[in-house]
Amino acid sequence: MLISEAWLREYIDPDIDTLDLAHQMTMAGLEVEAVNVLSGDFEDVVVAEIISVEPHPDSTKLNVCKVDAGDEEPVLIVCGAPNVTAGLRVPFARVGASLPGGISIKAVEIRGVSSAGMLCAEKELGISDADEGLMELSPEAPLGEDLKTYLDLEDNLFELGLTPNRSDCLSVRGVAREVAALNGMVVNETDAPDITSTHSEKFPVRLDASDFCPIYLGRVIHNVDLTRAAPVWMCEKLRRAEIRSINVAVDITNYVMLELGQPMHAFDFAKLQGGIVVRKAKLDEELVLLNESKVVLSPGTTVIADEKDVLALAGIMGGQTSAVTEDTTSIFLEAAFFVPEKISGWARKYGLHTDSSHRFERGVDIAIQRRAMDRATELLLQLAGGQAGDITEIRDASKISDRKNVELNHASVNDMLDLEIPIAEVESILTSLGIKLTSNKSGWICVIPTWRFDITEEADLLEEIARIFGYNNLPITPIKSELVGSILPESRLSIRRIRKQLTALGYNEAITYSFQSAGLQHSFDPAISPIRLVNPISEDLSVMRSSLVPGLLQALIHNLNRQRQRVCLFETGLTFIEGKTKINQQTVLGMVFSGRNEIENWANESRNADFFDIKGDLEEVFSLTGSLSEFSFIEDRRDGFHPGQTARIYRSDKAVGWVGAIHPELASSLGVEIPILAAEIDLEAILGSKLPQFEDVSKYPEIRRDIALLIDKAVTAEQVMSSVRSVAGDKLIDLSLFDLYSGEGIDIKRKSIAIGLTFCDRSSTLKDEDVTTAVSAVIESLKKEFAAELR
Amino acid sequence: MEELNHFLEKSREEIQKANDLRALDSLRVLYLGKKGEVTQLLKKLSEIPENQRAAEGKRVNLLKNELKKLIEARKKELHELEIEERLVEEKIDVTLPGRRSGSGGLHPITRTIERMEDFFVSLGFEVVEGPEIEDDYHNFGALNIPEHHPARAMHDTFYINSSSVLRTHTSPVQVRVMENRKPPLRVICPGRVYRCDSDLTHSPMFHQVEGLFIDQRCSLGQLKGLIQDFLQSFFEKEDLSVRFRPSYFPFTEPSAEVDIQCVKCSGEGCRICSRTGWLEVMGCGMVNPKVFDNCGIDRNRFSGFAFGMGVERLAMLRYGINDLRLNFDNDLRFLSQFS
Repeated sequence: MLISEAWLREYIDPDIDTLDLAHQMTMAGLEVEAVNVLSGDFEDVVVAEIISVEPHPDSTKLNVCKVDAGDEEPVLIVCGAPNVTAGLRVPFARVGASLPGGISIKAVEIRGVSSAGMLCAEKELGISDADEGLMELSPEAPLGEDLKTYLDLEDNLFELGLTPNRSDCLSVRGVAREVAALNGMVVNETDAPDITSTHSEKFPVRLDASDFCPIYLGRVIHNVDLTRAAPVWMCEKLRRAEIRSINVAVDITNYVMLELGQPMHAFDFAKLQGGIVVRKAKLDEELVLLNESKVVLSPGTTVIADEKDVLALAGIMGGQTSAVTEDTTSIFLEAAFFVPEKISGWARKYGLHTDSSHRFERGVDIAIQRRAMDRATELLLQLAGGQAGDITEIRDASKISDRKNVELNHASVNDMLDLEIPIAEVESILTSLGIKLTSNKSGWICVIPTWRFDITEEADLLEEIARIFGYNNLPITPIKSELVGSILPESRLSIRRIRKQLTALGYNEAITYSFQSAGLQHSFDPAISPIRLVNPISEDLSVMRSSLVPGLLQALIHNLNRQRQRVCLFETGLTFIEGKTKINQQTVLGMVFSGRNEIENWANESRNADFFDIKGDLEEVFSLTGSLSEFSFIEDRRDGFHPGQTARIYRSDKAVGWVGAIHPELASSLGVEIPILAAEIDLEAILGSKLPQFEDVSKYPEIRRDIALLIDKAVTAEQVMSSVRSVAGDKLIDLSLFDLYSGEGIDIKRKSIAIGLTFCDRSSTLKDEDVTTAVSAVIESLKKEFAAELR
Repeated sequence: MEELNHFLEKSREEIQKANDLRALDSLRVLYLGKKGEVTQLLKKLSEIPENQRAAEGKRVNLLKNELKKLIEARKKELHELEIEERLVEEKIDVTLPGRRSGSGGLHPITRTIERMEDFFVSLGFEVVEGPEIEDDYHNFGALNIPEHHPARAMHDTFYINSSSVLRTHTSPVQVRVMENRKPPLRVICPGRVYRCDSDLTHSPMFHQVEGLFIDQRCSLGQLKGLIQDFLQSFFEKEDLSVRFRPSYFPFTEPSAEVDIQCVKCSGEGCRICSRTGWLEVMGCGMVNPKVFDNCGIDRNRFSGFAFGMGVERLAMLRYGINDLRLNFDNDLRFLSQFS
């Protein structure tokens, strides 16, 4: 909200400068986000009238204006603003004037026409951001008067970022109350105006939706003259709050809203029929709003209507047909109270957010309506003439929630604020906020002012005390607590450990969005119907990921497209899959790898990474569990993956993930012609690890034997290895596959593998013949099982 | 006598001429082997008259020892030459790059979260995580944010359906902790959160670390102390100014925003801090008793405080990252700067 400092100081004028005042408000919770100097950095700009407008002979966009700035002779100005009209009074920068940004105005020639000055928009003067056209001044603005004097521009605007609980500060008077409390002062307030009615006409009001609107005040004012313009001081105050001046009646209602915080509405009384009814909208009712848009009212909407038609969206915006215009002679003024919880959300439903709805949703002082009505009436009589009638006030007391008094315990103040704060100081702070106190045994009973309905509990009062005392003035105290030591279980790996391993293996951690495009996800998980966001940012980010692979794949391609020769990325995070009764949110580790198998170097010849590079990395991760042998890789197929280079990963009998090459066709469609490897592991399933259990180190030597075999290509390494393990006996302590060959010199259907067997005995030196017997048994078994031939 | 001296001189020359160990060994066999010349001389001693035998024997033995010494010395010389030669041959260019396997690194966000966790874990806080698709109650209702409350508009929520949302903060994890455990509680909840907003300074997904402390007597002063210690150690600046401003969060009362002195300009005023000298970095407050009621904690016995911060904001300030979106581009030229 924008608050004019000059206006604020009419109510409360502490002896501190602008920046100190801003700092004081900020530190009390009314955050001043910016202080804008209103008076722009300009000199010698005066009020002038455009006498005539002629098109520029050499331009379709420019006009040549004859301008009267109160001097003896009018001057000619070339101007391109869209709103130049004869008779309009505007700011005029004379030759010799200076404008913000160090611009000085000189007599110039524009396309052959001389121009002796410049007509200005607000932005050009640096007094606001408005730059749609020339700033339009009142027709009564005195010609030749200095603009700064005329508009009283020596002012600053505080941009307040108010929190939703402080609706009491959505008015100048509200902010003044706060500033008064902070400075131990009292707000300068005039008494409520005393309006004597000069006619007896009352317009009936009925509340059919009193749960929504429990208080409604109305007043008829006859014989107003709305052709009169609102005075400059009022228009300026509105303008500084970014409210456009419409006509004197509307301006007054807006002015009262800014001053007192009560949104009001003025109806053209001649257009009303029968009486006011506050009710729910009927099916298919329509209303053309003040902003000229037509809305079809949805059921449940509360409206202000007369006996015949809907007049306004209650508390949000008026309708066009009953709006006051310059021709209006009788006015019906409305000042109502709408219950915040009830009105909340309705404006948004119609795509609206108005000064009125903003205030009502947050809460308007429940006791301010009569005062606002009288203030608006006073101004109207003063500025537009007319005769006021009596106020019609309808209240449904049963629908107005009782204001509860709040108890404050003196001990709580000391406990929560760590402060031995004297009773008198607590009382003075609370009283300065308009809270009325009665002492009781342990503290006080507090009567909360009607404008502060954010205060309902002791904690709220404690905040008020802390706020006015100053959060920064509260002492810092150490936390005292019982020491309880703890350490994470050793039989469970931390995700941190896994991340560390991956970074050591050369992987960089990526963080990709948890939502992605449905298309790419479908390539990998066609059977999973994705969880869609109701309101996604874009179609590309519209479904919750069921796999980490698509996101990582995109990150990988981003890097390949930027000439990275080796891309290894991993990510840990949740995947989201609709289950039978709930959404399964599982923590998953994803990895992708493409490009060189190792970083470029002078020693080794590099090649493109393949399946076994990522598999090796996975094995390094799995080995952290101390139980690598529990993991197995079984050939399998998954959509989006290469059918011959993909494995399902198992830990014991449980499937825990996937690894494989991305389908070459898919990769190609994404612009990648080299292998891309990807893996995805259920993290929870690999966190369980083995607590090391020491075994004696054998004192006896190891014996190693190597054998080379020819077997059919279809026989897998795992088949061979497990067969060897099953027959080699318990002295076999290590088994490795150290060579693989197929091609020249070997039957096309066969391959050669070489395995190394290491034997050792814990209790004695192995005899050569024992090892020979074991190896022979292995060879015999391989011959029988796989028709293997010894090479 | 003459003969022996002559033999020694000749052998000395031959030994010195031997250019490798093999040649030297042949000479050894030639002189001292079973059929070697010196061995022959020793054998012939029996043929010498007894009275001369001892003296002659002594001379031959002296010769034998002398030869042995000469051979040993030459052997040592040759060995040294050989090693020297090998070392020259094996000389390398030590400035060639080493064979690196290339290590990766953590994302700056994770790196930052880990530092935050470490601070609080050192004080006995426990790290707790929770679901990211949350029900409306845990994300809002339990935290004293009823439907249509204007505070909900502050959150720009992503909806999955009418009752499930993408969590807008990690506070629901704290609610779950309060529901399921008994105080005293000390937890820290890091994780992804989501808000339906995307521009230069807003990402639809970002990270928060929130903390909760519940015990029998908690105070604003303790909260201030904890937060100040945290920020000073996070930025490794003992005299970093920290200030607390009243604010509003439905789940805390009193509530505060926390500002630190701008880490870029040290409070002088710069572009980063919009010339104010201060940077808003966290929110915090005393747990609202209504939240205790919702979670089944006795408001008369316990009090507590909670705090929360945006990880991206703090990571960007700490490392000088100037564009929020870089965090989610996953460009290696960015990521590798943090390894």
